[in-house]
Amino acid sequence: MEFIQNNLEIIYFVIFCVFIGIEVIANVPAILHTPLMSGANAISGVIMVGAIIMMIQIPPTNYVLLGLGGIAVFLGALNISGGFFVTGRMLKMFNTKK
Amino acid sequence: MNVFVEIGYLIATVSFLGGLKFMSSPKNAKLGNSIAAAGMIIAVVCTFLLLKSNEIPTPNVVIILVAIALGTLLGKRMASKVEMTAMPQLVSLFNATGGGCALILGIIEAQQINLSTSFIGIQILLLLSLTTGAIAATGSIVAYRKLAGKTKDNRKAITVIGSRTLLVLIFIIPTLYFLGLLPISFEIFIFTIAFISLAYGILFVLPIGGADMPVVISLLNSITGVATALSGFVYGNKAMIAGGIFVGAAGIILTLLMCKAMNRSLLKVLAGKFKKTTLSTTSEEQNIKSISISEITMQLSFANKIAIVPGYGLAVAQGQHLCGQLQKLLESRGVQVDFIIHPVAGRMPGHMNVLLAEANIDYDHLKEMDEGNELMKHYDMVLVIGANDVVNPAAETKPDSPVYGMPIIKTHESKKVVVMKRGMSTGYAGVSNDLFGMDNCNLLFGDAKDSLQEIINQLKLI
Repeated sequence: MEFIQNNLEIIYFVIFCVFIGIEVIANVPAILHTPLMSGANAISGVIMVGAIIMMIQIPPTNYVLLGLGGIAVFLGALNISGGFFVTGRMLKMFNTKK
Repeated sequence: MNVFVEIGYLIATVSFLGGLKFMSSPKNAKLGNSIAAAGMIIAVVCTFLLLKSNEIPTPNVVIILVAIALGTLLGKRMASKVEMTAMPQLVSLFNATGGGCALILGIIEAQQINLSTSFIGIQILLLLSLTTGAIAATGSIVAYRKLAGKTKDNRKAITVIGSRTLLVLIFIIPTLYFLGLLPISFEIFIFTIAFISLAYGILFVLPIGGADMPVVISLLNSITGVATALSGFVYGNKAMIAGGIFVGAAGIILTLLMCKAMNRSLLKVLAGKFKKTTLSTTSEEQNIKSISISEITMQLSFANKIAIVPGYGLAVAQGQHLCGQLQKLLESRGVQVDFIIHPVAGRMPGHMNVLLAEANIDYDHLKEMDEGNELMKHYDMVLVIGANDVVNPAAETKPDSPVYGMPIIKTHESKKVVVMKRGMSTGYAGVSNDLFGMDNCNLLFGDAKDSLQEIINQLKLI
């Protein structure tokens, strides 16, 4: 009970996100499913934000963790940039009559 | 937390949502992608603002910046080089990076976490984000290797049993640990779970067959989204939570759509199960009528409206550009050419649309299955290229057929169907196709690409 009371705001937030997300995405036509997926994939790269926050908490002398954290940031950046660029490239091809 | 940072994350969240919303029409989709990308940049920049207020050691900042620069450059390079047919592999690979990021975050955070003061809920969230991240990472890599043809399906019983055992362990070990029944340190516990999850990711994708790949890719995408959201809870970061949930929702919707389009339940796909084909259906004699290329060419030039039903075979043969040429040629003679695309055509959701768009086919002529079925009676001729099960009328008429219940493109309702086929082999479901024996159906044997080229050559002469 206490857990719910303390986190009520975030619980509301999650529930709204789930419903809004489903509602928005369910309207995407089949023709755009591949770009939708690679675009969504790029959005999941927002995890890099977490990686950056974590990086500042690591003591600068702990090289192992710094290295690992660096890899995490690198992977996140790769996910974001690759995802958005490739989505853009695909969408560029969906032209109507020129 | 700084108020500007909060506002920045809010803008980022809204732009993710707006970006996805704009994705619902081909006209605005490009704008949507840019909006989402801008939101991402805002989220990252805001995170740096957050750092500014703290005392940060320089080496850490240098590593962050170098890692971002390298990741961005490599991502751009990979994105600009990829062939459109290889798109599913690339998306899987990028998905693996997201999962890998979640996994590493979980491991590092587990070392930093203060066990005595932190709430047990945080530890559980941390564990969940690590587990989902690890499964998504190795699962996506296996999916990538399978799509690239580097790894074969493995349906050995040991793989299936192994993956189920690991799944059970993923549930049991944490339960025991949090109940205080396992005398190991948090660190060892986390490493054990990470290892099991990584192994599970591999074993769970290995047995899944080629045509089920669209389901798996969507599902893995969804899992990465969930990992991102869970990790967002650990950091109390709303942009991460919202972004992760949107991705999770997109992935799960596509997963269910793909399952429905293939008439298979998600559980069956995951278990790598197939209905055993009853051989009784093959005993019926079919009256197969073949047709020559010159006959097709003649009929095409006299038609008003034709439709092309492309399947994965077309993409494998790289025939989409020839389809584009054929369409241009026929349109210049006043023949309307539509493409009717089954939801599972290709190796990932919507893949065939991208391939046809690459061949400069106007998206107004790309029809979804339902729309195509409504228009079917008006087509003078339907060309089926490299597709089989998705045009099998048995899906509607024969309850004992393995494909029964699967939504199909009803080409048999058109005036004339020509199926281009390599030979009389069956499709993925392993059943004979009732369409071939129908009166309005003719078969053209041979390589789809060669046949298309020949049709185009002959059309040019008329």
